[in-house]
Amino acid sequence: MRDIAVISFAQSPQVRRQPDLNEVEMLMPVVRDALAGAGITKDRVDFVCSASSDYLAGQAFSFVMTLDAVGPWPPISESHVDMDGAWAAYEAWVKMQMGHVDVALVYAYGKSSPGDIRRVLTRQLDPYYLGPLWPDSVSLAALQARCGLDAGSFTKADMAEVAARSRRDAKANAWAQLSGDDDPAELLGRDELVSPLHVHDCPPVTDGAAAVVLAAGDVARELCARPAWIRGIDHRIEPHALGLRDLTRSVSTEQAATAAGVADGPVQLAELHAPFTHQELILRSALGLGDDVVVNPSGGALCANAIMTAGLIRLGEAASRVTAGDADRAVAHATSGPCLQQNLVCVLEGE
Amino acid sequence: MGKERVAVVGIGQTHHTAVRGDVSIAGMVREAAQRALDDAQMTWADIDAVVIGKAPDFFEGVMMPELYLADALGAVGKPMFRVHTAGSVGGSTAIVAQDLVASGVHRRVLTVAFEKQSESEAMWALSLPLPFQPPMHAGAGGYFAPHIRAYMQHSGAPDHIGILVALKDRRNALKNPYAHLHEADITFDSVKDSMMLWDPIRFSETCPSSDGACALVLTDEAGGDACAARGGNPAWVHGTAFRSEPTMFAGRNQVNPRGGNDCAADVYRQAGITDPRREIDVVEMYVPFSWFEPMWLENLLFCEEGQGWRLVEDGVTRMDGDLPVNCSGGVLSSNPIGASGMLRFAEAALQVRGHAGEHQIDGARRALGHAYGGGSQFFAMWVVAADKP
Repeated sequence: MRDIAVISFAQSPQVRRQPDLNEVEMLMPVVRDALAGAGITKDRVDFVCSASSDYLAGQAFSFVMTLDAVGPWPPISESHVDMDGAWAAYEAWVKMQMGHVDVALVYAYGKSSPGDIRRVLTRQLDPYYLGPLWPDSVSLAALQARCGLDAGSFTKADMAEVAARSRRDAKANAWAQLSGDDDPAELLGRDELVSPLHVHDCPPVTDGAAAVVLAAGDVARELCARPAWIRGIDHRIEPHALGLRDLTRSVSTEQAATAAGVADGPVQLAELHAPFTHQELILRSALGLGDDVVVNPSGGALCANAIMTAGLIRLGEAASRVTAGDADRAVAHATSGPCLQQNLVCVLEGE
Repeated sequence: MGKERVAVVGIGQTHHTAVRGDVSIAGMVREAAQRALDDAQMTWADIDAVVIGKAPDFFEGVMMPELYLADALGAVGKPMFRVHTAGSVGGSTAIVAQDLVASGVHRRVLTVAFEKQSESEAMWALSLPLPFQPPMHAGAGGYFAPHIRAYMQHSGAPDHIGILVALKDRRNALKNPYAHLHEADITFDSVKDSMMLWDPIRFSETCPSSDGACALVLTDEAGGDACAARGGNPAWVHGTAFRSEPTMFAGRNQVNPRGGNDCAADVYRQAGITDPRREIDVVEMYVPFSWFEPMWLENLLFCEEGQGWRLVEDGVTRMDGDLPVNCSGGVLSSNPIGASGMLRFAEAALQVRGHAGEHQIDGARRALGHAYGGGSQFFAMWVVAADKP
């Protein structure tokens, strides 16, 4: 495989509500910052891939107008996915493997605030048998958490500890929406939102955007002092029906981790796209991460969870820590679908 | 083109129709996929990854339908990738799938595209609000009619050109058992007398709303060789390209968009084509409204600007002409929107495989598949041939 690296990452403030900017206005500074971080202008970009959902924008083909954020003139080679931006990065990585694309720009955005995101996400479900029942995303995650608690995989105290640690770590992340010092015991004393989940177990509704720049081989070395090389990347999917899955495990993460080679070396840091506290615990186990691995130093999706974007942010956060020299080998993870149905795993390394 | 040669070894599609009330979305996509696997002489277990495309999600009211379709498409435990560009999505999806093979990431990829328009209201779903403009247009025809009028004015094309295209494509569809519309008694006058929907676009010059799916199995060179060895006639991919440009930009030519020009030039360069009119045997282009045939003939560099309508009038694009266009009946005869781009790519491949049945062009060796979307701003194309690149 050709050597491809993440060489730049930028994001918008990940806020509860961004009513004053449309999607193009939200993206433009992010694209500018990502290109500036790579020290390039858009004419150096050979391929663009983006990610967003019409169900957040409330309009068919909403991504058409947001392409304006990259100023696609003269016409560009470009594609779009209706998955998290981490999969847009995967498409760009595949394109770059073919040998003709040296620099790719990947961006993603989502504004969850205009609608009721818990109800909007029910539209992801089987439209004949499950969607008409409108089971919302928090309730489905609660079912998963209950399975894990009943199986003895983790406790509510473990879950509260994940929430407290994430918020504490997010104090160092200026882009995060939630941060602070919370006592796990105090969090557990509060009311449940959807049993067994408390508010602290759930992600904040978030509007936000992010972008990364990928570069190949010597171009990456020219543009970045310490590129974060993609040593393995893979994604897998599980059946949709929850009854067909063991919700206490993430089999597709295990499969993607094996294919991406997570266990082929020591992992120092992982950015996991776990919108719910118990999902971090399931993912740690699926990825085989030991207690010595730093997980979600950014605060993770529990502190900022822009739909379609939060997975790409995990890739960007992990890569920027490799570039900064904080880690030599890191794992980035993204998820899609109810209860971790589909998962992507990427292994990043310094030179 | 990538490191690995890519072959199309399996093609499947559904019988396109107004309402597939007998199957769910899952049943419909599986039907096309199973036919592609049967054609490839493969089973679900032979497939390394699945790439699915359709757009927009709003049509059926299902957000990210790939999640629900994972098991119907045999993707459980495998990578499943979802492409979502505009009307070009079926073409873009085939290109992403071919990239997975060309890059050496996978050896055998199943790709599927679909639309079940009966579960939606496409006309209003496509009546998008445009910034700073009053909501005047209804459906895609309302958006494109001014482009066509501009084309007629600039080129001096007479009014009957659109009618000739519609008549040709609908008659070609009579030779394609999978086509949605089979209008055996269509005539020049019946098209001419059909209701004017968006002047100058008449009802019979407009694509139908269809339910349908299309699937391809793509393999590496070894897979293509194996297909050839058993007489399966693989189609070899000689070039693929995407281009996109902005919707709202005063500097763009919406009638003859630069993105389409650049995309065509790129794909011809990859395929080593310098004179597309002579070197391409058959074309499947995305013509949702009849007048787009002469417009795209120019945009795809088959003739000088302003001359496309003359090719139509001279019969060049008929099945007995020297540049047959849309022998399948095209989008004018079947339009499951998300699948329509992939159908163009698939029909191009059927032609060079010699598998197009009654609408086969004898001796077709090299074909262009073309898809476009948005406000004539997203383009996806491939060139396939009977011979290896």
